[in-house]
Amino acid sequence: MSVDTSKDAQVAEREDLITVTIDGIEVSVPKGTLAIRAAETVGIDIPRFCDHPLLDPVGACRQCMVEIPDAGNGRGMPKPQASCTIECAPGMVIQTHHTSEKAKKAQEGMLEMLLINHPLDCPICDKGGECPLQNQAMTHGPGESRFGGVKRTYPKPINISAVVLLDRERCVLCARCTRFSEQISGDPFIALVERGALQQVGTYEQDPYDSYFSGNVIQICPVGALTSVAYRFQARPFDLVSVTTTCEHCASGCELRSDQRHFQVKRRLAGNKPEVNEEWNCDKGRFAFVSARGEDRLTRPLVRRNGVLEPASWPEAIDVAVEGLRRAGDRVGVLPGGRLTLEAAYAYSRFTRQVLGTNNIDFRSRPLSAEEGEFLATRVAGRSLEDSVQYADLENAKRVVLVDFEPEDESPIVFLRLRKAHRKRKLEVITLAPYLSRGSLKVNARLVPTVPGTSAQVLGSLHHEGLLDSETVILVGERAGLSAGTLTTAASLADQTGAKLAWIPRRAGDMGAVEAGCLPTVLPGGRPVQDASARVDVQSVWNAGSLPAAVGLDAEAMVEAAGHGELQALVLGGLEAKDFRDPQAVRRAMDKVGFLVVLETRLSESAQHADVVFPVGLIEEHAGTFVNWEHRRGRVNTVVRHAVPPMTDIRVLAALADAMESALGFRGSAAALAEIDELGRWEGNPGPLLGAREQQPGVGEGDLVLSTWRGLLDSSAGMDNEFALQATAPRPVARVSPATAQQLGLQAGAEVSVVGPRGQLVLPLETVEGMCDAVVWVPQNSGASVGGALGAVGGDRVRLVGGAA
Amino acid sequence: MNGIDTLTPVLTANWGEDHAWKLENYERRGGYQALRKAVGMAPDDIVAEVKASNLRGRGGAGFPTGMKWSFLPKDNPNPTYLVVNADESEPGTCKDMPLMMASPHTLVEGVIISAMATRAVYAFIYVRGEVLHVIRRLQQAVREAYAAGYIGKDILGSGRDLEVVVHPGAGAYICGEETALLDSLEGRRGQPRLRPPFPAVAGLYASPTVINNVESIASVPGIIGNGQAWFNAMGTEKSKGHGIFSLSGHVKTPGQFEAPLGITLRQLIDLGGGMREGHELKFFTPGGSSTPILTAEHLDLPLDFEGMAGVGSMLGTRALQVFDDTTSVVRTTLRWVEFYKHESCGKCTPCREGSWWLVQLLRKFEAGTASEGDVDKMLDLCDNIGGKSFCALADGAVACVTSAVKHFREEFEAGYKTPAWELFPYEKSALFSTESQASAAQKEGAHA
Repeated sequence: MSVDTSKDAQVAEREDLITVTIDGIEVSVPKGTLAIRAAETVGIDIPRFCDHPLLDPVGACRQCMVEIPDAGNGRGMPKPQASCTIECAPGMVIQTHHTSEKAKKAQEGMLEMLLINHPLDCPICDKGGECPLQNQAMTHGPGESRFGGVKRTYPKPINISAVVLLDRERCVLCARCTRFSEQISGDPFIALVERGALQQVGTYEQDPYDSYFSGNVIQICPVGALTSVAYRFQARPFDLVSVTTTCEHCASGCELRSDQRHFQVKRRLAGNKPEVNEEWNCDKGRFAFVSARGEDRLTRPLVRRNGVLEPASWPEAIDVAVEGLRRAGDRVGVLPGGRLTLEAAYAYSRFTRQVLGTNNIDFRSRPLSAEEGEFLATRVAGRSLEDSVQYADLENAKRVVLVDFEPEDESPIVFLRLRKAHRKRKLEVITLAPYLSRGSLKVNARLVPTVPGTSAQVLGSLHHEGLLDSETVILVGERAGLSAGTLTTAASLADQTGAKLAWIPRRAGDMGAVEAGCLPTVLPGGRPVQDASARVDVQSVWNAGSLPAAVGLDAEAMVEAAGHGELQALVLGGLEAKDFRDPQAVRRAMDKVGFLVVLETRLSESAQHADVVFPVGLIEEHAGTFVNWEHRRGRVNTVVRHAVPPMTDIRVLAALADAMESALGFRGSAAALAEIDELGRWEGNPGPLLGAREQQPGVGEGDLVLSTWRGLLDSSAGMDNEFALQATAPRPVARVSPATAQQLGLQAGAEVSVVGPRGQLVLPLETVEGMCDAVVWVPQNSGASVGGALGAVGGDRVRLVGGAA
Repeated sequence: MNGIDTLTPVLTANWGEDHAWKLENYERRGGYQALRKAVGMAPDDIVAEVKASNLRGRGGAGFPTGMKWSFLPKDNPNPTYLVVNADESEPGTCKDMPLMMASPHTLVEGVIISAMATRAVYAFIYVRGEVLHVIRRLQQAVREAYAAGYIGKDILGSGRDLEVVVHPGAGAYICGEETALLDSLEGRRGQPRLRPPFPAVAGLYASPTVINNVESIASVPGIIGNGQAWFNAMGTEKSKGHGIFSLSGHVKTPGQFEAPLGITLRQLIDLGGGMREGHELKFFTPGGSSTPILTAEHLDLPLDFEGMAGVGSMLGTRALQVFDDTTSVVRTTLRWVEFYKHESCGKCTPCREGSWWLVQLLRKFEAGTASEGDVDKMLDLCDNIGGKSFCALADGAVACVTSAVKHFREEFEAGYKTPAWELFPYEKSALFSTESQASAAQKEGAHA
């Protein structure tokens, strides 16, 4: 269901309520309400197939027929009407199958006709057991078919993409999937073709249905026509145990329904959360949940003995870890990564401060800047949902300005909401980017051509044009931290103009980590490390003596310090070296640091470097909370319940604290969350954002400025083992403007090398009209990572040459 | 005769002349004089004249043309479009094609005047794709009209502009449904649109659009040239003016007869030289296969909107398909329903699935293999289809079935035991064919 997202909606609705009578029950509904929706409000369920509350009405299946003896003008409608296309009128009288024989007969007739060409393969159909056609045939059908003829048949199934299969003979041609792809995601790569009973869903010959949101069509298909390659024949719906949870992939914060059988998640569906993801999610959230099902799943602690990692008992591993950490004293750094729940991040935060006695903690396992750290401490940490920008604000804004942020790739539900607002309310979207991405085109964004690193100046000129005002929302992505002065400028322009400002990170755990104080300058709740009263707050809740007062090292500084032996131990959560600005420096740090403790689910690169590895549970094996970009909490629930629950980050840290004769204070997420809430938000002044300390301008040599971001579907470790999904990822290319290609003597389609200080990426070249000249874009992590292959980040200078250099 | 002149050739008057389709020949007969008159009239006055003429839509539904024009919003910032529905493709219906073939300028002149009335600066003639000759004639006529200054910028110094586009469709009956036509014209697949919004408000390219049948538009020059009173003098009380009656089937000389509305089939059959020698009228369609069939008892009813509605049928497109006593009504109905099954666009369930089922049922009746009770089952199926589909296509598909059963139920019941070809040997109803029953049976599979 959708909700009216305008804040004054309730007041506004009161004024234009109209009253209709449905099966003798009077009901008042807002003007414009469809009869089928009005019936739902009084608990009358009219059968339907094509109708979907989030799609435009189409009236194709004709299943929801009702009789209208009075259209509100005293005259009846002579024919039964499809209630999904009839708007309520004041005084209208509607009779459904409960009170009208005509309506009942029409509905039964329709179901009988829908079934004449539908195969009776329910026993082997994935949808059987949760199928609207099956269910409604039972509740609203005639019971028996009078059809004795020949059914239409097709070869089955056929692929409409790598992840979606189509059984054409099961299709009832309701056009939900085609309307979804056209209206909601804006990827109209499926359409109805042919006519009559041979009408079918088809794709263009050259273009499969590659969409970041294609899995939604499987979920909204009211029959078993569209099925998932990954889930096909995996389970029957009645054997599944469903749990509502929150997606772990990005900061959009989708509610999910996760279905498990035999202690294994079999599939995930979009949950129903009108405030956030409505009823949609992206394909990554839907399909990417098998990354830990490879050979590399960790199930036992590992300890390095004579240079070799070997399985060890928990007590041994804890003792070895404690010994190493004790030796390091406070010359230790903690990098928990951005994928933790709020509670786990909080455990790392408390463990670092109280047990290890340092502020060397930073969740940012990616390129970062000091300006960003300051921005997070003063503008993000310690906020709540109420004082933040929300999805509803995006929907109701006059204008949204995207700064170093590609919603479709970096927060896909934000993209869907922008597209909805563009479609329904003509929302104006302005994007500060080097070119119009596919996502930007789908929200009809206006491109303000922006060379990476210059967003601050461009934002200033937008302000001069008068485009920032109180009805504007500025969304800055996490890449903005690399563009000197951008975050500071955005904050000060938002203050000046009354525009709303939100920072949208990429990872699901990022916002929780900020809240939990996984930053060298911030304690939980947005408390500044350097503020004595803030520390006292925390000390009293933690029953701790004094907490370290000195600002800690940020992630890049920790990597640097560990590489030079200044830090003697590192504690790592789930992170990958290749995500950092300088992956080689991270590898060097992991090699050189005296002692490395890793908490991981898989034998990752960092685990392979570790002295002690603690295996922790998968996201479906424990509970917790994700905080999305709105600062909204989403509950993570245990989907797979083992008789012996696996260890979690919190339990490992608690065990380490115990062994170090300190105390973490909690061993589970519920107690952690209670403590987070007890501590609450910092009520003092977070201090001003001084900002714009001169950053290094783009480094490196070359004529072109590098632009890069991560595609939603790329070589992310979270997508491992999900081969069908991987196959739908966009093909990696290098993009330049036609003029730049011409200047360099390069042809579109040819293989080119993007050359950075450390190496090169070889990709086919694509030219993009309207793109900034002298900029080259490459995907950040498709195949090789940009940091690893080039040794450069967005805004740095690189060269572009033909062929493999 | 009720004071009705038997024939009133207006649209058809020049059909027999040499090269009637050429501009010079059309002008020689007074062509484009009505346009010259219209150029001096205010648009609202043209609308008022057409309104006063009581011209009703000639595409079948009979909606007053002038009233349709007056629904166009005046304050819409988008341009207004005039669209001519020339997608004539119903079995039996064959009036617009010969009109456009013989005298395309009659339509073109009507388009220009109607565009002036509706303030449209773009007009589209959407022609059925298969009729290549007609399309060429139309295109040639439009070219001639451009060259003569009747179309283009500043028409006849009036300061008014008009562009006319002849747009061939791709051959789909559904594109005669006005909103499907608009989808097709916009380059999409022709399927009917949800209403509201109605085309008058948001039609072609979401702009105000008026869509009229060829014959309606072609009647406009006559009305403007001769005045509404002239038009009102023809026809019956509520069905005014002249219309083309297309007589086909088992008559001696089938053809087009332009007469005032209200003429009877008996008069038309007389004009057609009577029924085939030695045979009597069994049943007929008053206006194409989507209009419920009538029988000999309706021979003397006035063929006007009210007369036909009064007996549960429709005037439709005045396509009088006449069948004599050699004809199997079961077989005829099957052929019609096969057409509707083939032409169903597939958008809505009852039309798509229902026509699929109906064809299978009717084949059983034809083969004499239907089961006891199948007639009632078929009628019930028709009830589940009719009035429940998205557009009127399915209503037309079931109208021929229900009316056939109404008048000839025993012939269907005979299909429980006896094949239709035994009761009514097919070669006897054929006018020209010498084909054997075997090859007829083969042909049956052609549209399976």
